[in-house]
Amino acid sequence: MKNTELKVKDELQEESLFNGSLGRRSFLQFAGASAAGLALVAAGCKKDRGYIDTTMGATLDFKDDFGVLNYAYALEQLEAAFYIQVASAPPAAFTATQKAYFQDVQFHEIAHREFFKKALGTAAIGSLEVNFSSINFSDAGSVLATAKTFEDLGVAAYNGAGVRLTNTTYLVLAGQIVSVEARHAAYVRDQISNGTFADLGTLSAFGASDSNGLDGALTPDKVLALAGPFIKTKINVTNL
Amino acid sequence: MNILNILDEIEKVDGEIYERLNPRRAAMKSFFNAGKKISLAALPLALGSMFQKAYGQSNPANVVEVLNFALALEHLEYNFYNRALLSTGLIPAGAATGAITTIRTHELAHVNLLKGAITAANATPINLVEANFDFTAGGGFADVFTNYQTFLKVATAFEDTGVRAYKGQAPVLKGMPVLTTALQIHSVEARHAAHLRQMTAAALGVGLKPWISLGAGGVSNDTGIAAVDAVYAGENNTIQATIEVTGIATGVTRAAAAESFDEFLTGAAVKNIANLFIRTGFKLS
Repeated sequence: MKNTELKVKDELQEESLFNGSLGRRSFLQFAGASAAGLALVAAGCKKDRGYIDTTMGATLDFKDDFGVLNYAYALEQLEAAFYIQVASAPPAAFTATQKAYFQDVQFHEIAHREFFKKALGTAAIGSLEVNFSSINFSDAGSVLATAKTFEDLGVAAYNGAGVRLTNTTYLVLAGQIVSVEARHAAYVRDQISNGTFADLGTLSAFGASDSNGLDGALTPDKVLALAGPFIKTKINVTNL
Repeated sequence: MNILNILDEIEKVDGEIYERLNPRRAAMKSFFNAGKKISLAALPLALGSMFQKAYGQSNPANVVEVLNFALALEHLEYNFYNRALLSTGLIPAGAATGAITTIRTHELAHVNLLKGAITAANATPINLVEANFDFTAGGGFADVFTNYQTFLKVATAFEDTGVRAYKGQAPVLKGMPVLTTALQIHSVEARHAAHLRQMTAAALGVGLKPWISLGAGGVSNDTGIAAVDAVYAGENNTIQATIEVTGIATGVTRAAAAESFDEFLTGAAVKNIANLFIRTGFKLS
């Protein structure tokens, strides 16, 4: 069977599945055909959820979980790029432990980035171009301040986007990542000023509530606006 | 794998499987849409997700249950830190007392927030007071309020457990506004855990990191404290959603892979841990 024929058949079945009634027979037919042809379809399917080209930028389509995952992928790309630059040439004032822990964080963010890339497969957006011109990578203060912003913002981003996820597996995965980001945030904050690991009063702009003991939570539009200055690639958002 | 066999097997125990799946068009649609995007190898995962949707347990009673479960853990944490701060000479003055005071304040805020949410749902908040707890865990941590190191060990275990507990309950709250609140508590607990791990590392002179790493020889418990093995069970996992994270990029070692994702604990596993510190008659069931 040719790939194109299979795709047409697939779409027809999908249409009848969602518009008509689903009896046992049709479901099994669909499932059988789908399982048999899945590899082919997957290989032949077009990138319709997110793409990058030089003029159009990257598109995050929040109509489904893939949009949320690509949003996370974009933020992890940003964080990874930042820590790669820090770890490759740490500020001279960094202690040995700070150097080691920033290297750890670098590999965590790379692992997150590569995980999303792999999980999204053909639905993944492309690589983002970053703009770190405002950061002085030789100055520990500048590096720590930027790391704090990225980590606190990352926590608020995951906290705010979790409710959009419909797939339980992805929801738990987002939870597995956000607590690691929160650990980073706490560590970085303590490097700036010991004891500020959970200074929620300073995070009200990120949606935190000190009186309720709640961390930040921001919707994607607010996060992207705050992350915008660090991202050169144009990010288009739809269905938010 | 054979999806027809799976459905046939389910039909043997649940004759209404097709009826259950039928009204869940949205679930089916997302499943089949996903099917186009993922490899065959990942299909079992997607299938599991479809059945979770068909058998989803997101009714209000379960939500209240989750909130009360969280409230019980917050009671435990608040009373623990409160007793510690009242124990003269236990926590050094200055930064250490400041940090524990910050954490106690947050735990009390969580208690009050959860109480309010449960009351607003016309349900009864669980009430646990200090006398209902045994923070020595039957004598296993006999000097918890006289020995600073023991106190820090137990505190770290509580916070790392709390992080895992909230994560494990997230699916019940999926798609609800209360999920966001739970996530906002969850990441605060993770911040506490990271700081307590640093306090523990300093006080014990050990290399404990702010994030949960691999234990010696690759075991799941990186604290080296055997009594809290259950708190870290499975934390050495490196496979997420069927994807092996070790070696996913250059430099992502097994330790980095384990560190980069925290793991959840089931409600039952968390209750087993919490019940070690709760007196008979008040244990969580």
